[in-house]
Formats: sequence, C-alpha cells, structure tokens
Amino acid sequence: MKSQEGMTIIVKTVTRISVWLIFVYGIYIIFHGHLTPGGGFGGGVIIALGFLNVFLAYGKEYIKKWLNIGLLHDLEATSAILFVGIGIIGIAMTGGFLANFLSKGTLFRLFSAGTIPLLNILIGAKVGVALFLVVWSLSLFHIDEGGEQ
Amino acid sequence: MILYILCFILLLVGLYGVLTKKDLIKIILSLSIMGYAANLFLILFAYKNDAIFPILSESAVQEAMVDPLPQALVLTSIVIELGITAMLVALAVRLYQKYKTFDITKIRSLSG
Amino acid sequence: MILPYFIIIPLLAAFLITLFSREKDYWSITVSTIASATMLVLSIVCFITLKGETFIYNLSGWKIPFTICLVRDSLSCFMIVIIQLISFTSLLFSVNYIRHISSSWKYYSLFMFLVAGMNGVVSTGDIFNLFVFMEIALFAAYALVSYGGKAFEFEAAFKYAVIGSISSTLILVGIGITYSATSSLTLAHIAQVLPQKPDILVWVGVLFLVGFGIKAAIMPFHAWLPDAHSSAPAPISSMLSGVLIKALGIYVLIRLFFNVFGAPPVFMNIFMVLGAASIIIASFLAIGQWDMKRLLAYSSISQIGFILLALGISTKLAILGAVFHIFNHAIFKSLLFYNAGSIEMAIGTRDLREMGNLKSVLPVTYSTSLIGTLSVSGLPPFNGFFSKLIIIVACVQAGYITYATIAIIGSLLTLAYFLKVQRYAFHGDKLFDVSEKSIGGGMKFAMLFLALLCVVTGVLLIPALRQSMLDPIVDTIFNKTEYIKLVLGSL
Repeated sequence: MKSQEGMTIIVKTVTRISVWLIFVYGIYIIFHGHLTPGGGFGGGVIIALGFLNVFLAYGKEYIKKWLNIGLLHDLEATSAILFVGIGIIGIAMTGGFLANFLSKGTLFRLFSAGTIPLLNILIGAKVGVALFLVVWSLSLFHIDEGGEQ
Repeated sequence: MILYILCFILLLVGLYGVLTKKDLIKIILSLSIMGYAANLFLILFAYKNDAIFPILSESAVQEAMVDPLPQALVLTSIVIELGITAMLVALAVRLYQKYKTFDITKIRSLSG
Repeated sequence: MILPYFIIIPLLAAFLITLFSREKDYWSITVSTIASATMLVLSIVCFITLKGETFIYNLSGWKIPFTICLVRDSLSCFMIVIIQLISFTSLLFSVNYIRHISSSWKYYSLFMFLVAGMNGVVSTGDIFNLFVFMEIALFAAYALVSYGGKAFEFEAAFKYAVIGSISSTLILVGIGITYSATSSLTLAHIAQVLPQKPDILVWVGVLFLVGFGIKAAIMPFHAWLPDAHSSAPAPISSMLSGVLIKALGIYVLIRLFFNVFGAPPVFMNIFMVLGAASIIIASFLAIGQWDMKRLLAYSSISQIGFILLALGISTKLAILGAVFHIFNHAIFKSLLFYNAGSIEMAIGTRDLREMGNLKSVLPVTYSTSLIGTLSVSGLPPFNGFFSKLIIIVACVQAGYITYATIAIIGSLLTLAYFLKVQRYAFHGDKLFDVSEKSIGGGMKFAMLFLALLCVVTGVLLIPALRQSMLDPIVDTIFNKTEYIKLVLGSL
C-alpha cells in the first residue's frame, strides 16, 4: 500500500475549494480594517489559518513544493521594516512617529483614513506569514531526535 | 458584581492549574485560562448596559457605546499571549525531545 | 526628539538582520554592533544635554489623552545609558562567545529585540505601552535563555516563562483596575487621580508590587532567577542580571510607587522588609552554591535587596544610594558574569570545585574579576563601596538601626561568598592547559572596560559631578507633583 501524506481525498477536495475563499475573506478583513471590526491582525490570522488548512490537509512535503518558505521569511521581515519605515516617514513629514501624512479622504470610503490601511496591510502580511511560520517551525522539530540524559 | 466574581474565580482556576498540574501542556493551558480571565476583566470594566459596539457606521443612530480602549488593550494582550503561548509550546516540545516526558516531576536537572 | 530612536534603531536592526543575514554571520554582527554603538553615543548625548529638564514626545502627533507619550527625564535617560552601556559590552563579548555555542543571526536579532523592549519600558509614559514593551523584552529573554539548546536551558526558560506569564497577567489585571478607576493610561493622569482613592490604590499597589516584584526577583518571588540567569549564555546572563531586572523591575517600581502613587508609607515599609529579607536570605543561599553563575545569580537577588531597602527608606540620601547602586550593580555584576563566561569558555565548566589556579593561565580574567569582587563586596575605593556606604548611612540617619545592621551583615556575607569564588577558581593547585588566547579580543575588551568603569565611577560622587548627574535623578524620583506638572504642562 502506498503511504500517502495528508488526509483523505474528501478533505483535500474541500480544502482545495475553500482555501481560496478563506484567503479572500482574510484579505477583505484586512482591507476594511479601518471601517469594520477586524483589521490587520484578525485578517492575518484568517490568512494564516488558510495556509494551515492546506498544511494539515496535504502534509509537509506538498507545502514545501507549493510555498517558498525562505520567501515567506523575507516577506515577514520586509513588512516589519516597511512598518517602521512608514513610522519614520511620519517623523520626517509631521514630527511624530507613525503620524499620518496622507490625505484622510472621506469617511466610510475604502481608500480613506490616511496611512491606517497601509499599516493594516503590512500587519496582515506580517501576522499571516508569521503565524503560519510558527506552526511550520514547530512541525519541523522531530520529536525523537536529540535526547539527553 | 457577580460577573466580576465569576471572572476572578476563572483567574483563580488558571492559577490553581499552573501551580498544581504536573503536565507541561496542562500548565500552558492553565496560563492561557489565566490570560483569558484577565482579558475578560478588562472587557467587563468597559461594559455599559444598553450600549452598542464602538464602531462608527454610516447608518447607525448615535447611541451610547461601550468604551473602546479596553477592547484595544485586550486585542494587544491577545497578540502577546499568542506569542508567549507559541514560545511555551516550542519549549515544551524541545523539553520533550530532551527528557521524553511532559511530567515536570521528572524534569528536574535544576534544583531549587 | 531623540527618544523614539532608542526604540526605532534596535527594532530596525533586528528586522534587517532577519532579512539580510540568514546566511552571513558577519553582517548580523556588523549591523547589531553599529546599532548598539550608535545608541550608546546617542544615550550619553541624551543624558548630558538633559540638564534636569523633562521633555515629552507624543507619538503619532496626537495630544496626550489620546496618544502614547514618551517621557525623557533624568531617570529614564539614566536607565537608557545603563542599558546601552551593558548591551554594547555584552554584544562585544557575544561575538566570540556565541561563536563557540552556535553562531546565528537569530541571537543578534533577539538581542536587539531585548534592547528595544527595555528602552521602551524605561522611556514610555503610558502604563499599557510599558506592559507591551515589557512583554517584548521578556519574550526575547525567554528565547535567549534557551539559546544554548541544552536540556537544563529549556527547563530554566520554561520556568522563567511560566512565572513571567503569571506576573504579566497580574500586571494586566492591575492595569485594568487602574484604568477603571482613573479612565486614563497616561502615568501622569493616573498620578493625579489615583491617590485620592486609597482603597483602589491598595489593590493596584499590591498587584503591581507582586507583578513587578516577580520581574525584579525580590525575595519571595525570586524562584526563577537563579535558574534562568545561570542557564543563559554568559552575555545574556549579564544582560538579564545587569539591566533586565532593573529596567523591568526596579525602574518600574520606582516610577509607579514614587512618581505615580506618591510613595505611600505602607508600601515603603513593605519595600524595606522585602529588601532586608532579600539581602540576608539570598546571601546565605549564595554561600552554599558551587555553580559559579548560580552563585552570581543569588548575589543579584541580594544586591537588588540593597536597592529595594534604600528605596523603602525613601530619604533623599537613600534614593541617591539606590540610584547609584543600580548603576554600580549593573557594571560589576555584568563584569562578573563575563568572567564566569570566559572561564566556562576556557575550561568548559562552571563548577567551582573543578576549577583552580586559573590566575596564572587567565590573567585578564583574574585581574578583572578581582576588581569586580572587591567592588561588589563594597571595599574602597571601588564604586560598590560608595553606594553601599550611602545606603547604610541613610539607614542610620533615618533611624533604622536594624536595617543598617542587616545591610552591613549582607555586605560581609557578599565578601564571604566572593572570596569563596576567588579561592576556588583562581587559587589552588590544579593545572589547566589553557591559555587566554582561546578567549577573543572582544571578550577581553568588554571585561577590561567594565573593570575600568568599576574603578573610576566612584568619581560620580564628587559634589560637582553629583549635582549635575545624580541629583536630578533623585529630584525626579522625589517630586511627584513636578512630574505631573511637567508631563501634563507641556501638552
């Protein structure tokens, strides 16, 4: 019998369809962070759960082929640096760290609220990737290795 | 008032778990319970009777809102707890690698 | 407007290290050393140009009730100088030391987070922001304690993380109660409102005392410290013992109980009792230790006891002693941990019974550790002598003869257990085939630099220097109304 990674075909099929919906929903939550409940962290968690869904259904090897883990590490660090960068631009433009330097727009529009949507997107990317990488790193520990005593 | 007392009991349940349980994973869970009790405390402080959620929307009539600041604090503290829990889980996994057990009475190479 | 950079620079350095140096070791060393050196220079500039004034920096351009403010007064600048000083030497020490465990960008990245967290804690003027920065620093500390990858390191880190999380939860509940009583998180606002509600003040005070007492490892709450501080890599031990317990524990206790609560007498009495208990019990526990770093860790608890005792007396002289002892303890305890680290690196053990006659093979380590020992035991003319003398004199002046006696006994016990270290580690008849070439130049420089500081910082007590350096800090701690006025006045 061929040993197959991941769960059964039913779970795989459902995951294949639903994971994109999960991603879209997470992105929606991130982009409407300044208007509705949610925001960068909530949406990021949803995106991370989407990744984890694939991870659980398809297994470790598939994830290695599907995603470039090194790139995800880079993305995580980059979004953090950009976050600090926006803060520093705030100092340069208006004198306060993370101060708003864009037009605030009209209330209740998607593109409004100055830098807040940008920051939400960066937080979303950071959280979504970081949370997935935490579970990924935990799964890399081999429980039987490296015993002492 | 009863809510505050229940919340305090939840905190004590968590503390009891941390202090008496012998399993690493149960200790981590108890810490989470303690954290949630603290978060619940903050939310309760912000609560007002007959108030709505603190989100400005186009159609809503102006009503009394609950205090949004503790909710922001709770969000932050949830993120922190997430990080700490992940850290603790990683440490527990590594401890299991080294000692082959989750039982803290058997993990004692450091005394005192 | 210099203050936010103490948080921005280390954070930026940490993220740059994670982004660019996953393969290249030297890049992470370069980035973190440059960041740390820059901050050291900036912090000294910041301290010298302050001249006893207070500056407020509002984040994100909002006004104070709606934003987080950073407060730059002499106390926070003083703590920032200590943090940068110890972190810079610690980084120099790490370059060689960590290479011998496992060199990795993760270490430097976490180190920068640790520095960022501590800088944030000492510079913020907002109680919840303080909590967040504290958690950043603690998170990095948990990870760094377990960095060596041995079984007992994970055990120590787990214990530290569990106890730290309990204390953080208590602090969070305390913050919640504070907010519900005062409707504000800015420390200056809390300072205005809270003392008028004595029943709430007691609750909040007890929660904060226990919570930050655990971070400061005061005696009944000290259980995690000997494990965590002895298991961590030596430069991290010196960061933890030298500055972390002060930035997260003592500094916050000073800020909250003096500037915000206005030094309520009941808590001052508790401070004195806990401080005296820490001095005596930790000294006795330290005498019985054979693990060198564990002995140093217990010694840290005892020295924290001196600081707490002096804070509890809360006369001007006693506060001066406490502030000076914070500075001195950071220097000589870091120095002694570096010595322990270099011995461990040279002969591979921390057990005093397996050492002996190291003074001939490790001359730099021997001479600097002698200076550290004399300094921590309070012998003239080293800096530890002056701060302990001030504390004891302040005890006698305030009429607490018992506490003065306890402090003198504690000081003698300190001498006793450090003579034990000297006797077993550096004298004796064992022979080791090692030479000081095995420890690198950065480590030697760090040790020599701190030893030099041990000798010369006694000059801070010369009246002219004292008036410009230490007295503003004492005034900041004492003048509660002044703090409120300055923070809220400069809106």
